[in-house]
Amino acid sequence: MSEELVNIEVDGVPMKARKNAMVIQVTDASGVYVPRFCYHDKLSIAANCRMCLVEVEKAPKPLPACATPVAEGMKIFTKSPRAISAQKAAMEFLLINHPLDCPICDQGGECELQDLAMGFGRDVSRYAERKRVFKDENLGPLVSTDMTRCIHCTRCVRFGQEIAGIPVLGTIGRGEQTMISTFIEQSIDHELSANIIDLCPVGALNNKPYRYRARAWEMTQAPLVSPHDCVGTNLSAHVLRGRVMRIVPRANEAINESWIADRDRFSCEGFYSADRAVKPMIRHGGDWREVDWETALEAAARGLQQVVREAGPAQVGLLASPIASLEELALTAKIARALGTNNLDHRLRRVDFRDQANDPVAPMLGCAIAEIERAAGVLVVGSNLRKEVPLIAHRVRQGAVRRGAKVSFINPRSYDVRFPVAASLTSNGLGMAQHLAAVLAASLNAQGRPRPANLAAALEGVTPSAQHEAVAATLAAGDLRVILLGALAQHHAAYSELRALAAALADATGAQLGFLPEGGNAVGAALAGVLPHRAIGGRTVAAPGLNVVEMLAARLKAYVLVGGIEPADLVPSPAIDASLRGADCVVAITPYASEDVLASASVILPSAVFAETSGTWVNAEGRWQSVAGAAKPAGEARPAWKILRVLGNLLGFAGFEYVSSEEVRDELRRELDSYVGGVTAAAAFAAGRLAAMDVTREVTIYGVDAIVRRSAPLQATIDGRKGGAGGGGA
Amino acid sequence: MRSFIKTFFLWELLQGLRVTLRAFFAPKFTVYYPEEKTPQSPRYRGLHALRRYANGQERCIACKLCEAVCPAAAITIESDVSADGTRRTTRYDIDLFKCIYCGFCEEACPVDAIVETRIHEYHMENRGENIMTKDKLLAMGERYEAMIAADKAADARYR
Repeated sequence: MSEELVNIEVDGVPMKARKNAMVIQVTDASGVYVPRFCYHDKLSIAANCRMCLVEVEKAPKPLPACATPVAEGMKIFTKSPRAISAQKAAMEFLLINHPLDCPICDQGGECELQDLAMGFGRDVSRYAERKRVFKDENLGPLVSTDMTRCIHCTRCVRFGQEIAGIPVLGTIGRGEQTMISTFIEQSIDHELSANIIDLCPVGALNNKPYRYRARAWEMTQAPLVSPHDCVGTNLSAHVLRGRVMRIVPRANEAINESWIADRDRFSCEGFYSADRAVKPMIRHGGDWREVDWETALEAAARGLQQVVREAGPAQVGLLASPIASLEELALTAKIARALGTNNLDHRLRRVDFRDQANDPVAPMLGCAIAEIERAAGVLVVGSNLRKEVPLIAHRVRQGAVRRGAKVSFINPRSYDVRFPVAASLTSNGLGMAQHLAAVLAASLNAQGRPRPANLAAALEGVTPSAQHEAVAATLAAGDLRVILLGALAQHHAAYSELRALAAALADATGAQLGFLPEGGNAVGAALAGVLPHRAIGGRTVAAPGLNVVEMLAARLKAYVLVGGIEPADLVPSPAIDASLRGADCVVAITPYASEDVLASASVILPSAVFAETSGTWVNAEGRWQSVAGAAKPAGEARPAWKILRVLGNLLGFAGFEYVSSEEVRDELRRELDSYVGGVTAAAAFAAGRLAAMDVTREVTIYGVDAIVRRSAPLQATIDGRKGGAGGGGA
Repeated sequence: MRSFIKTFFLWELLQGLRVTLRAFFAPKFTVYYPEEKTPQSPRYRGLHALRRYANGQERCIACKLCEAVCPAAAITIESDVSADGTRRTTRYDIDLFKCIYCGFCEEACPVDAIVETRIHEYHMENRGENIMTKDKLLAMGERYEAMIAADKAADARYR
């Protein structure tokens, strides 16, 4: 990158600019406004809208600011009569074929064309001829089209090519008949595809589920953080009369740039599903009775106290969803420890806990999300990256495409990742762990290092192939190299071996070992001590409790489910139904009263979804993001942290006198400041001999949590139909 | 001296009585409401109505400009995609207690859907009747369409 500076003059103001920067980048940086439609700072330069024409001294014609590099001594006039008349002429051409249907267009009020037409448009059109009309295309359940409104800026086309990697949309025809089209009738089903809604400067591409529901000017905007994956995507909720109408991205260069995944954008369609719990309910025999909050909370406290009194605290198990806020998780852990039980877990889909003592304090990425783009080599172990964490996949793709990062995968099968892959080691009977062991062996051989003692059995008889050596080589050099353990690895029956091998490989190559946990707050849950074997900050617990699998197999007498846990969130097992339905007391703190919850719970305490509660989410890089909540909870639902706080009061525990979620957070923060455990991922685990197994459950992109599973538009997509609402499938 | 004579002959009183007498014999302009009514301008702003096109289709396209312009926040609109795929209101409420009859909604409407008719005689007996719902507004429109169309035509040349 050239840091050479040149002297230029913009509207008579002298300034310095980086050589070869485009004029529009310089004017944007210095706060001089130049109108534009096709230019977008995350996309390549097209210069086809001609709206940004500016006058440059000695140039025979006005030049497009977005495609004109600055040069020494350049004098630019953005508001000279010549520049303004060129911009006005461009606007008149753009408006020739644009329908004047702003009153029924959802973009009305937030439309770039509307705004600029106010500044650069004529009062009266001189165009009396026929306007061209296009047929709308069906792009699937997420994006609505009104192609007649299109002004051919091609932002959506460039997004498909450069960001998504799937060129679904393209331009066909020429001149006035130019048209944005999918070529053949098909839906756009990339997991970031709905970002074209925000990119489109006019109302040609719009949010389909939100169609015609509200106007931009009547909604209020509130910040949110996505709980659906470990990225912690920044969102803005647009709220009308206490209800979330739609979700749009909130730009944050360090996390999500200006993109969000479709899962984050359309999960709000699941907030107000038909089975939303809106009143506290108590089971009376087979019937459910709606009661007031006091009665329900007292019944929950009484039920738990009775089990503790009669059967002991070890008969109580608490499960919290990793999409819950940090405050909810911290209070769940606090209640569990106060009850006197360590049967507490958030790792709902994990099956292998042999090595949990050596787990890192929190499953963190180990580097900043933005740094992944700069990694020289990336090894992804057990992750359908695009579907699990779309925005991490985007970062990895940018690194591979723009910087030539070498990305390899060790997966049960090969997934379509849309960028050049250095090596894809699919298990084909070998098993992911054996592939990983072979890469480790190759790396150790290359450096002539001895094999670690704890992995001797796992590495015995492993002979790396040329492919394994190539993968090891991609991790050997460069500033930053990353090994990522995805959800498929974490849910693997041999996760202990995978983690130990990955840690050894990271140690051998100097690469960073990172985790991509499921749920937006898995890191927060681990820090808050929602684990059977660790308390806040990784403090060791004297007598570890039961983990999630043991808890559900043990047929405990009481369960507390926090954060909308459903069987689809758990590893399928016949024991789940028997345990939950056979228990004396099941307290479900859930936004949804689904069939399964109604069949198993004894008290339903309706809680708010993430958009309705204040709370903190800790993303995979360890960033704490607190938001105040956007909408009113549906019906009588209450934020789960308040429910847990009052439950703590009613159970008679001290230290539950919080008046705000910030107090819960700050208390946890103080505890963490005083102590964070020092367990490293490289700690020794005596891995056994590796068997060629690949038993791992794949969770579909739109099956990850209760909210997403209820979003009808997401379930109607190709990915949604594939997995179904069950979220299962091998 | 002069003022004494004026006082003595009740001059001021007679002056006042002259006005009374003049009014007594002058032509009367009392309007015997409700038997008689004063003439109204075609621009008169009375009770609201939602209009339909001649083919029966609702005019309103749920653009919410009237809701946005209403200075008294008397209008509440909810919209959605209708069965035929067009943009329509699912709720259109005007609170007559809030409404100040300024006519801005009529001015803002791009399709002449919401209008204020010349109807100014109406009352409410029960709580809640002050809300003009979409059904009531459309019924008003159907009932007085001839009057609304005539008023619009009469006023058209000044617009």
